[in-house]
Amino acid sequence: MTSQDTFSRIVTDTSLTPKQKSNYLALEAEASLPYPQVSSAVRQAMDSGIICDMFEGHAPFKPRYVLPDYAKYLAQGSKYLELEPARNLDEAINALTIIYHHVPSVTNIPVYLGQLDELLMPYVAKLDDETIYNKLRLFWIMLDRTLPDAFMHVNIGPSDNIICRTILRVDAELKQVAPNLTFMYDPDTTPDKLLQQATDNICECSKPHIANYPIHAQTFDDSGFGIVSCYNSLPLTGGANTLVRLNLKQVAMLAIDTQDFFSNTLPYYSQLMYELIQARSRYLHEESHFFTSFLVEEGLILETRFAPMFGIYGMAEAVNCLLGETKASSKSYGHCETANELGYRISAALDKIVKSTPVTYGYRGRALLHAQGGISLDKDVTPGVRIPYGTEPDPVTHIQALAEHHQYYSSGISEILTIDETVKSNPQAMYQLCKGALSLGLREFTANVASNDLVRVTGYMIKLSDIAAFKQGGSRTNTTGLGAEAAANTGILDRKPRVTSHEQAPCYES
Amino acid sequence: MKNERSATVSKILNFSCVDGPGNRLVIFLQGCNFDCKSCHNPHTIGQCDSCGLCIPSCPAQALSLSEPYGSGVIHWDTDLCIKCDACLEACPKQASPKTRQYTVTQLLAVIRKNSPFITGVTVSGGEASLQLMFIVDLFSALKSSPDLQHLSCMLDTNGSLSESGWHKLLPYLDGAMVDLKAWQTETHKWLTGRDNHRVFRSIELLASRGKLYEVRLLHIPGKSDFDSEITALAGYLQRLPSSTKIRLNAFRHHGVKGEALEWQTCSEADMTALAEGLTKLGITSLVLPSAYL
Repeated sequence: MTSQDTFSRIVTDTSLTPKQKSNYLALEAEASLPYPQVSSAVRQAMDSGIICDMFEGHAPFKPRYVLPDYAKYLAQGSKYLELEPARNLDEAINALTIIYHHVPSVTNIPVYLGQLDELLMPYVAKLDDETIYNKLRLFWIMLDRTLPDAFMHVNIGPSDNIICRTILRVDAELKQVAPNLTFMYDPDTTPDKLLQQATDNICECSKPHIANYPIHAQTFDDSGFGIVSCYNSLPLTGGANTLVRLNLKQVAMLAIDTQDFFSNTLPYYSQLMYELIQARSRYLHEESHFFTSFLVEEGLILETRFAPMFGIYGMAEAVNCLLGETKASSKSYGHCETANELGYRISAALDKIVKSTPVTYGYRGRALLHAQGGISLDKDVTPGVRIPYGTEPDPVTHIQALAEHHQYYSSGISEILTIDETVKSNPQAMYQLCKGALSLGLREFTANVASNDLVRVTGYMIKLSDIAAFKQGGSRTNTTGLGAEAAANTGILDRKPRVTSHEQAPCYES
Repeated sequence: MKNERSATVSKILNFSCVDGPGNRLVIFLQGCNFDCKSCHNPHTIGQCDSCGLCIPSCPAQALSLSEPYGSGVIHWDTDLCIKCDACLEACPKQASPKTRQYTVTQLLAVIRKNSPFITGVTVSGGEASLQLMFIVDLFSALKSSPDLQHLSCMLDTNGSLSESGWHKLLPYLDGAMVDLKAWQTETHKWLTGRDNHRVFRSIELLASRGKLYEVRLLHIPGKSDFDSEITALAGYLQRLPSSTKIRLNAFRHHGVKGEALEWQTCSEADMTALAEGLTKLGITSLVLPSAYL
């Protein structure tokens, strides 16, 4: 297909909004530029899908993720945006609304909206609860309607305050896809009742994610951090200049045995990863002129606080491949001690590589290790270090199998636990599960309460499909009804067209 | 520990939101003294006598006898098991060969491993109280372990335990969930093979001690008599402590064997009708199923 054909298909696509069409056209234009120079070995590894640049584009002119210091912005105003310092809650919200449209990211929509409770608390003054509620509710609706991207991410907690509580209340009421929400939990700061409100929210709308505040805080310095996009933990006033990821499944398939994996294929492809990271971040920092923008001039971001993310995925398949497990069994990754141990060894090896390899543009001179959550084009390979979908054990075994990995992935790692809907009538169970997970060292706790195939009946887990086969006919309506509820709970099915984004669907597939 | 009691365990669930307050680790004990036509887990009724008839049914060769037929003990290899349940079909005694013996010490280790995630432990079945002294030992061990004593100890029962049995357990028990299978003795006898006098006595005894967490009613349209006897039933339930939950369960076919497979299952409409009837008669603490299968 010629470029003109592609442009024409994008322009006439019936499923895209004008804005989405503009985005895809821009991507095509960028893709027509030459790629930053890399060796033929890197090119080959990219072509065969071992290394992936996440479709960030040929000429990186904006960082992947940007985390501006919004507190500074509110306090000092902006010369560039012709804004005075904010004096009250209305002005603060208005100023944030304005700057969000000037914060770039790989999706063209800001992936970080700030630690909103901390940011807005200084402007609450003597406003009563209902007034605050009304203002935040309108703010929330505005965000979802004007920046329609589920990777746009708000942080709240760990302290108990009226903004934090009100955001949780609004979020559970509106059940919007956007913004994404992380609640920071610190056992020393967060009251149990507030965590309970957050976990009740999960039962209600599968949001927020609960972040293990002390672990994240230890990872970064006193200048702070934020959780952005899906599950990316990055330095505040900085961000990620690029994210390159390694397909561990393919690296394992190329190894003769486990020994060869650790001593040859893994170090070799990691080295190619670094070549690509260097080439891409060099272009951004040295050619694109991004770091001359007002965000830098006004001190809202610092070039030295940007780091490349060294992403990995397909851990489950890599382990199973090295152990010769071709199909899911009790000896597979996530289910067996030996397989899990091999996984931890791989994570420890990656950690060692990332901590000992310098980069030109990095956080303390280094990249940050990341368990990458997958993109829509991944087939037959599991995101990050997760257990393959459909073969997950019960949530507790699931957490116990993966907790050990979490110490290594400083720029983010996540498991999605699917909890059956019976938890809705017993939200205390979600609270307990979350606390248990964090006490074991999970960086982030995420649970989907779904009316999925798996349901519990008087103590036993059973599959609806099992019942359907058993009953024939009659159960179909139920399944449909439950499916519809899952869609309503997660908001994914019915709203997918509105959240099309560069990260979810990184290129135009005609 | 010498001569430590052990129990026959059919299954352990380390995450359940429907077996008591919060998150429960649930221990299902093998064996039941009721023979309910509607049983959803009939393979938990009998006790395996190692007859070996299940062995040929296993496609994965996960079952074996440690001694030649007749004198040995069935061995179940969990690594080989593909969970097809063919052995349960093959068993003439409704006794799963997939059980394991656990001592109190071994169960404490399982509980300790899962303790950050749970609010407490529920012993269920089969009919758990048939292995009463084991439960007493387990619960008293939990209550005297400094790191585990915060866990609540619950029992899921058919209510057939004798008064003296309850007295042995009460000092260590935080609460019980009791099944009431039918209102009329005759209906109960027809459904379960036993009358329900002891069930009522258990409910009242637990209520008087503040340990009746939940009464469970399995609604089988046209078979159980909760709808036809609704006035008497509601009058009885209303005299129970207001903290007691009344959980309505819907009859379904999954796992059921024999004539009950011909029975009509309980639809959402059947359940709503019963719940509305009970609500009108003043029952406020109803818990309804969150899914109908």
